[in-house]
Amino acid sequence: MTAPLLALRGLSIAFGGLRAVQGVSLDLRAGTLAALIGPNGAGKTTLFALMSGFLRPDSGTVHFDGRDITGRAPHLNARAGMTRTFQIVQPFAQQTVRENIAVGAHLRIAGRAAALAAAEQVAAQVGLDTRLDQPAADLTVAGRKRLELARALATRPRLLLLDEVLAGLNPQEVAEMIPVVRAIAAGGVTVLMIEHVMQAVMHLAEHVWVLAQGELIAQGSPAEVTSDDRVIEAYLGHGTAARLKAAAA
Amino acid sequence: MKDVLAIASFALVVAALTWGLIDSGVGLTFVMMALYATLLAQAWNILGGFGGQMSFGHAVFFGTGAYAQAAAQLHWGLNAWLALGLAVGAAATVGLFIGALSFRYGLKGSYFALVTLAFAEVFRIGALSVDFTGGGVGLMLPLAESAANLQFASRKGYIGLLLGFVVAALAVTAWLRRSRFGARLQAVRDNEDAARAIGVDPLRTKLGAIVLSGGFTGAAGAVYVQVFQYIDPGIAFGAHVSVEALVAAIVGGMGTLWGPVLGALVLHTLSDLTRNLFGALPGISLVIYGVVLILIVMFLPRGIAGLAARWTRR
Repeated sequence: MTAPLLALRGLSIAFGGLRAVQGVSLDLRAGTLAALIGPNGAGKTTLFALMSGFLRPDSGTVHFDGRDITGRAPHLNARAGMTRTFQIVQPFAQQTVRENIAVGAHLRIAGRAAALAAAEQVAAQVGLDTRLDQPAADLTVAGRKRLELARALATRPRLLLLDEVLAGLNPQEVAEMIPVVRAIAAGGVTVLMIEHVMQAVMHLAEHVWVLAQGELIAQGSPAEVTSDDRVIEAYLGHGTAARLKAAAA
Repeated sequence: MKDVLAIASFALVVAALTWGLIDSGVGLTFVMMALYATLLAQAWNILGGFGGQMSFGHAVFFGTGAYAQAAAQLHWGLNAWLALGLAVGAAATVGLFIGALSFRYGLKGSYFALVTLAFAEVFRIGALSVDFTGGGVGLMLPLAESAANLQFASRKGYIGLLLGFVVAALAVTAWLRRSRFGARLQAVRDNEDAARAIGVDPLRTKLGAIVLSGGFTGAAGAVYVQVFQYIDPGIAFGAHVSVEALVAAIVGGMGTLWGPVLGALVLHTLSDLTRNLFGALPGISLVIYGVVLILIVMFLPRGIAGLAARWTRR
């Protein structure tokens, strides 16, 4: 078996008395499209911040491509091929869509013209090619999510950490976005996505980790985790699994 | 290409005014001081407008340039042209130092503004109390008119020198709008975390901006010393220069190529007019700057250049 692209070992961080992430270990193999799910406040975004270097863990390690990158600065991780997006979209509001994406492209491309051209290509990939010259501030929520994705994609990552790229979209927009994410993964990029839209997780993910109160409580295929008692209880409350079974019987 | 043409036309217009149309001393002094104000504003704009790092203490670079220019000639007998290079280098180095200290610890927004203000004050008090800078008396350059000494008989020489620096600052600004470094700088300004996530090193980017900004501001300080042949701590590190630089850039339009030029021209015209109208009321120009700044921030937050952009888009 090949070494995992991303390996977490006993990752923990606390904010004051709140233990946001506790002893999380996981291996993500290259070429996978995986999801991280869990109820609100489970620590999913915090875990992303720990992986990508925005936060330094209190204990535990992060290995990317076999290298220990625990607490390494985010821009260095992006250079090494791990790029994250943000749940709360963060466009460079004063710049156009094309310029926004070009900042990502500049990670691998020094020349301005080449970076702008690469930005156009990436925009086409995520369906933003008709809005290239709009200021990013004028985009709708769905447009901003696409921009967030495009900017990250322009850095030519090996591992893409997507933080709720589908949240806040209507069903139509979700349906449009799912093939985009699938195409990215098919293009050889390993994808780990935080997602609340279960329909998307069921459709896309090959492997799912479930985080609740900072700890991993289950993992497996989407079908396996959604029938796991602990997962059901984490979402719906203590004792629900038993009641559901009783009702079904 | 459009920018290159525009900058070349700007230089031609200023040159035509100086060497052709204007004959009076008053007129030449006006052109000279307007260019000087433009240089300050354009220098501030690199860090404040494109980098989003609002400095309230650009006098620290101005004063460093001015004192380096004077001290290198007086204490070490350096040629004035060499001193000019040294002055720019010294101001850029001070920029690197202040930037390394404040950006390393993630100071942003008003905290960064306060730190720059504090640095300017520390330098002012230092200049007051050290022999090297002549203490409170300041430094005076002996009169020795010759181009080799960077002392010109006519304002025209200084205008040529300042125009050279302004064109260089405009060229750097135009480059910021179409280069990787400029794209990264504006990304850090608009959203530092998002920029980091896609591979931008915010520390290096901001350091580059403060070094450029400091160097050009130091050049303005050095030219000031050559023109007036005198510098003291209040002139060098006082609030006046810091305010002049930032108000002109904000009034004209931050993060634009021509905004600071417009802002400097408008403000300089206003302060000249009021000086003539109200006599030598000390500090009247600062009052004018304050009023104009309030009006612009309230009604034209994107400055004069923002207004122009709105018109052309219609």
